[in-house]
Amino acid sequence: MSRVLAAIPYAGFLGVTIDRTEDGFVCVLPFKPDLVGNPRLPAIHGGVLGAFLELTATLRLIDESGVARLPKPINFAVDYLRSAGPATTRARANIFKLGRRIAVVHVVAWQESPEKPVVSGVGKFLLSGADK
Amino acid sequence: MSDSQTYALASIFGPGRDEMIGYVPHAAALGMKVIETGPRFAVLMLPYQEHLVGDPLRKVIFGGVITTLIDQACGIAVACSLETMRAIATVDLRVDYLRAAKPGCDLYARAECYRTTRSVAFVRVVAYEHEVGDPFASCLGTFMLGAHAFGSAFDRVVEAPVQGEKS
Repeated sequence: MSRVLAAIPYAGFLGVTIDRTEDGFVCVLPFKPDLVGNPRLPAIHGGVLGAFLELTATLRLIDESGVARLPKPINFAVDYLRSAGPATTRARANIFKLGRRIAVVHVVAWQESPEKPVVSGVGKFLLSGADK
Repeated sequence: MSDSQTYALASIFGPGRDEMIGYVPHAAALGMKVIETGPRFAVLMLPYQEHLVGDPLRKVIFGGVITTLIDQACGIAVACSLETMRAIATVDLRVDYLRAAKPGCDLYARAECYRTTRSVAFVRVVAYEHEVGDPFASCLGTFMLGAHAFGSAFDRVVEAPVQGEKS
């Protein structure tokens, strides 16, 4: 999984890493000042959080399916639950449905604890080869 | 909304007002530009950069980066729809990826705030490389107005009364 992560330039730009857990993995987004969207609060840019969720969902699908090609996103919906401060953000993805052509992935991200999510999302992906 | 509505940011409507995102560190980190703003709309540009690629085989910009461009364009469009400046917070975004963005092309997003209520703003967005009529992504977004008490960073840009509210 780290090899896949290393092959995605944008993941390196954000500085995302992976923590393996007993039941899979969580993605880790360390805080850095240029991720800030609102300097007054301060809060991490909403777009960064959306992208982080989408990246986590993508990696989870690759991990599950073992395919080398990246799944193509059809759409991604993000709910912003509370503002994300200048701290490390973690995200976990759960494959809600893995169909033959389409996968539905739920993702949630938190800072202090998983019980206090900052953002959640649902992505639908076209699986590799499904559009042939 | 009638045509007679006044806008807090009216004095800086027009092309090329990068100061509208100048206070946003992540927008600066991505090299984002404000192409044009006007009543209830904003057009922003994200220059193509190798380090934003999500699919190294196809050299396509990562979908989530498009979310960032869209979110930022939405925020400016909402700001450009307000009579008095207030804090703006994203409630939700739903992005449809209509096709892959073309490799090597700068990306544009045009956001239109088509409805504001006392507390909520509704925005639609299209993202494209060359023609607004040939988009690679579209989005619907919802924004909370006056969501936090810290005021809007826009009051650095334009002198306007700030109406902060506790959520």
